[in-house]
Formats: sequence, C-alpha cells, structure tokens
Amino acid sequence: MSGTSETRAGATAGGDFEPRITAFACNWCTYTGADLAGTSRLHMASNVRIIRLPCTGRIDPLFVIKAFERGADGVIVSGCHPADCHYTAGNYHARRRFAVFHDLMGFVGVDPGRITFSWVSASEGAKWRNVVDEAVSKVRELGPFTAYRGLIDHNVSADHFEGLLTAVRADPAGSEAGQTEAAQVGAAVVTDDGDPS
Amino acid sequence: MKELRDLARQLLTDGTVDVVVGWEDSPRGARPIFAATPDDADKLIFDTRCLHNLATYLNPRRKQVTDLGKLALVVKGCDAKAVAGLLREAQLDRDRVVLIGVRCGGVCEDSMASEPVELTPETIAPRCFGCDNREPHLVDHLVGDPLPEPPAPLLTLDERVAALDALTPEERWEYWTAQFDKCVRCYACRQVCPMCVCERCVADKSRPQWIETASHPRGNFSWNVTRALHLAGRCVGCGECERFCPAGIPLATLNRKLQLVVEERYAYRVADDPEVTAPIGDFRLDDQQEFIK
Repeated sequence: MSGTSETRAGATAGGDFEPRITAFACNWCTYTGADLAGTSRLHMASNVRIIRLPCTGRIDPLFVIKAFERGADGVIVSGCHPADCHYTAGNYHARRRFAVFHDLMGFVGVDPGRITFSWVSASEGAKWRNVVDEAVSKVRELGPFTAYRGLIDHNVSADHFEGLLTAVRADPAGSEAGQTEAAQVGAAVVTDDGDPS
Repeated sequence: MKELRDLARQLLTDGTVDVVVGWEDSPRGARPIFAATPDDADKLIFDTRCLHNLATYLNPRRKQVTDLGKLALVVKGCDAKAVAGLLREAQLDRDRVVLIGVRCGGVCEDSMASEPVELTPETIAPRCFGCDNREPHLVDHLVGDPLPEPPAPLLTLDERVAALDALTPEERWEYWTAQFDKCVRCYACRQVCPMCVCERCVADKSRPQWIETASHPRGNFSWNVTRALHLAGRCVGCGECERFCPAGIPLATLNRKLQLVVEERYAYRVADDPEVTAPIGDFRLDDQQEFIK
C-alpha cells in the first residue's frame, strides 16, 4: 500500500502520471485471453490490475464505483463475446446492465474514457493488449481521477483525527515530540487521499 | 367522489376487504387514510392534492399493512404502474388487493393545500405532463369522470434532463456532486419508493460495506447512483422520492434520464401491465452494444 501511495503522491506532484486501472475480467474468456497475452510475451502497459470473476454477469456496477473509491483512475470491464458465455446468458444480462450504467455515469459526469467495456475471448491475447493499451493511454490523457478522490475531502478531518489518535497511542505521555509526530501523521494521511490504510 | 365512497362503503360492508386505503381531507391537506369501517368510507376524497403513491403500502416488507388483512387500494394511473411492477416481480399476490382506479387529470405539487388546487403551469406536478395512463387499466373498479388533459408545467422533466445533457461532463459532475453533497442519508427516497422492495438493502450491508454510510460526498455519490441504477427500467416516475427528499435533490431528473435510456435502448416504457417483462433481467441477442469494444 505504501508503494501505491508513493505512486499517487508522485502523480499529484506533477511528475509522470501512471494511471491505476482496475480490470474486472470474466474467468472463461478475458482472463484466459489476458493469460495468453502474457504467455505470448506481448508487450503492453503494466498499469492494469485484474480481478477475476466467474462471469461478466457477476460484475455489479458497484464494483466499478468501489474501484474508483479505492483510487482507480480507470476501469475495464471485460468478458466473453455474445453467444460465448460459459453460463449461456450472463454476458447478455451484463450487456444491458452496463449499457444503463454507462449512460448513467455519462449523465452524472464521469468521462466515458474512464470506463472501458470490451469482449475479449480466450484466444484474443492481442486484442486484450490493445484494449489495455488504449485504456491506459486514454486515462493517461484524462489524468488522475482527482475529481472522484476529491469527493472524500470532507472526510479528511476524520482521518486526521485518526492519525492523531494513532500517534497519541504510540506516545501516551503526549510529549512535545509526540505532538509534532502526530501533526506529521495527520498530514501524511491527508496526502494519502484519505485512504485509511 | 360519491361513486368512490359508495364503492368503498360497499366493499367494507360486504366484507370483500378489511381496509380501504385512499386519501382523506385533513387540517394539513390531503393525506392517506386507512378506512376500516363503512363510515370511514365517507372520508375518502380524490382531487388534485392526492399525489401520494399509495402503492408503497403494498410493499411486502410493510408487515404492519399486510397484517391488516385484505386491502382495497385507490390508485391513479402512475400508482397502478407501481402495483403492476410489484406483481411483475412476484412481490404481491393479486388476490390480496382490490384495486379501485380513479381517472386522473394530473395532480399538483402541494398535498398540504387546504382545498383542491387548480392545475396551472405553476402548480402542476412535472411528471403529469405527457402522462400515458390517466385512466388506469390494472383495476377491479374504475371510478370518476374523464378529466381534461393537464397543462404543461413551466419546466418538464425532459427539459430538465435535456438541459443537463447539453452541459459538458465536467459541468454535469459539478452539478450532481453538489446535489449529492446535500444528501443526509435519511433514505426517505428508498422508504417511500413503491419499487424499493429488497428484504435487505445493499446500503444497509456492513460486511462488506458496499456503500459508505456516512453522509460525505463519496458515500452519497455511491448511494444515489446505486439507487437510481437499481430502479432503471422499474421506476414508475411517481416522483415520490424527490418530493420526500428533505435535502431537495432532484432525484426525478435522474430517474427520468434512466427512463429515457431504457426507452431508447430497449423500446420499453413502464406500463400498468404486469405481463410485460422489465428490460433489466431480460435481454435480446441483438441488443445495442456500441459502447463495448
């Protein structure tokens, strides 16, 4: 976690921005396709963390929201092509759900470039690479999703107090040094986008 | 009005139902009434202040209502759509309720007015504009005379949606996050909604906690987006969520947007016909997928 915090801190400081992208992939097609891309030694952006699920039908739009809450700059949702679903119809159901979700996110002002939907089959390692590279370059253009992270600013004070509390516990005597440390811990938590880790 | 009262009295007298749920006049305007005796039937009214969607009382998780026995429910066209929704989703036994449909000419936005409000562009509830169900179909009895079409409101829901669609994504984000920022997470929108029938709402789950419960903007965003999404293709557009919202969040705009989305994508309009399948939970092999790579 500290590693990712540094990455983010670096990004916000105006250095090279490395997008963090969460991919929700179906076990039967896209995950295997991504595996193929790996075993085929295809070069692609390394910004994507894959979460494997049994089916696109298992992917609740809340997963996407949660990914943004936890600091993702972009999300990929990918599964079997229509007619290829291991469970016959999971991807058809997902297609409708995500069509509505796609339109709703657009309506509340999330840039459509932040959420990529794709069908990638088990044999489409090259397509997976293209999907990943495109998603990464699009999110790189859009920059860090500071708007979403900014939503938590109101909660900074709570984290701040949590940081103080940790410091006080570490130094119950409450010495001068301890108070300075507490202030530092509070500040550190604030730059960590309020992620209480 | 007499037709409605006579019918209610008859249903209560011959024991067809135990309670008639409708509206009554009170010092604070029109309000719901549970008429349990034939004499109570004379208190029933229907006018432009009767904007409450009483179908919310049919929600199976309202045990205090199911315990009352067999109900007769007075429904407008929009309320009948909610009843159809409950039947469609197997949340209601059709034999449990007698539906008394009232012909509706639109309602106002002020249930607390001391007397019926004349419908003008200023007073009409925006959702009544373009209503396709002023005479409910899913009913056992239909009362009242046909009423004239209501006037157009100053700003229709579609105009509200179009105004937002015309903005840039950044402006829309700013608008909605500012709106959601007001949310106090009282869940009045959920409690009043006739279609929010989950035994346990995802917002109440704490392990894992999908939706943060504190009323800070991030949790509020998650909650309001999820609420709207869970009503996609199900919302009947009765506007009770927006009316009940103590923070004044324009929830009906969000719901209307999703109604338009399912109408455009799946040619689906919510109707008071329980046999029509809802769009989410159903699919066609050739559904649009222009947003998928």
